Amino acid sequence: MKNLTDITDKVKKNLIWKSIFRRDYRNTVRDRAMAVFGNVFLHLHPVQVRESAVKLRFTWGMGGITFFAFIILVITGVVLMFYYHPSVDQAYTDIKDLEFQVPYGVILRNLHRWGAHFMVIVVMIHMFRVFMTGSYKAPRQFNWGIGVFLLVLTFLLSFTGYLTPWDQLGFWAITVGTNMGAATPLLGYQGPFSELLHITPYNDVRFALLGGAQVAGNALLRSYIWHCVAIPLVATILMLVHFWRVRKDGGISKPQK
Amino acid sequence: MQDDRELLTEQENIDQGTSEGGQAESGDRRKFLTRVGWGSLAGFLAINSLAFLRFFYPRVLFEAPSQFKVGFPADYPPGAVNSQYQREFGTWIIRLQDGSFFAMESKCTHLGCTPSWMESQKKFKCPCHGSGYYISGLNFEGPAPRPMDRFKISIAEDGQLLVDKTIKYPGVPGKESNEVYPQSLLKV
Repeated sequence: MKNLTDITDKVKKNLIWKSIFRRDYRNTVRDRAMAVFGNVFLHLHPVQVRESAVKLRFTWGMGGITFFAFIILVITGVVLMFYYHPSVDQAYTDIKDLEFQVPYGVILRNLHRWGAHFMVIVVMIHMFRVFMTGSYKAPRQFNWGIGVFLLVLTFLLSFTGYLTPWDQLGFWAITVGTNMGAATPLLGYQGPFSELLHITPYNDVRFALLGGAQVAGNALLRSYIWHCVAIPLVATILMLVHFWRVRKDGGISKPQK
Repeated sequence: MQDDRELLTEQENIDQGTSEGGQAESGDRRKFLTRVGWGSLAGFLAINSLAFLRFFYPRVLFEAPSQFKVGFPADYPPGAVNSQYQREFGTWIIRLQDGSFFAMESKCTHLGCTPSWMESQKKFKCPCHGSGYYISGLNFEGPAPRPMDRFKISIAEDGQLLVDKTIKYPGVPGKESNEVYPQSLLKV
């Protein structure tokens, strides 16, 4: 035992350890609070949570599970990007490569795909719970609004990711989806007022989404960038605000007495 | 702060509506400059977001040209649909029994999928939701709301057929395009 304390002393009583952790941790109320205060990641979270607020029967833990799914998707997504080329010639064969040849490729791809389905489902259950418990009411209206944006971003992430394998499913999903944009009033060339406003297939919203008038290489690249960079960036910022506001609006919503 | 005030030019004083930058107006001046500062930033960001929007509209497209030649009329037997240009140009070249030509966009009017010509059943069938069209492009089954669209087809100087996708004859619900657009038919 004496050797063990010697070793822990050696590890902890030096400048490196102290520069990382700054102070000793004893399992007291104060130190637990300081651990949350002093940590850049945890400080979004309330320092203390009421016992009634962690009742799973009330919150279902769906918001946290959604975040968990997002973390899994970011990790597996980044790893998948090492083997995937967003080009018409390579995208589909890269997916085949991942499924049949790349070590652990198939489990990574399936984690990403099923995780995406999972996230869409739990985010909707989360919204359902918030609605049914009235947790959108004052003072949480703003956070409900942020949540609506996050829901839409989750759907957009799911939709843009659908095209990346460049298979028949994805190709026609993007075809139909962007045609809906083309049929939107004032925005698309097939929508109402398009002739009046000189909206053509070459200057409407569909053109901006596809990077051209056809579903082709540019559309795949744009979909990929939205999926891997642009939307996750915006979603991450909104998530930070979302979590912060949970704390600022009085902690997680809990049952009324 | 005193130095800053002295840096104001005569013109800026006039802009503020004061002839002299006196001590009494310094609050107004500060407000004005604050507004100018934030206003320029807002204007800068607004113009930048317009540029950002414009950025998404490329000038040069690496797509198939919108005008293309499809060979000589004699290459086409009457009463047949030619799907040779479907993949690259999204167009069928169709020659009717009477020998006239027309070019039709290979795009279902329901949601934009590509129908296939079924030679044995003499109809276009969309694989997505089952819309069916006669050889003229008139829809007769499935969810398609109108006949398929046609492009202008003409004879080029070298005698080849020339399709121009920029001139479009959109299908009118319930109407036979041969009758609505006689100019879409090319008699050779």
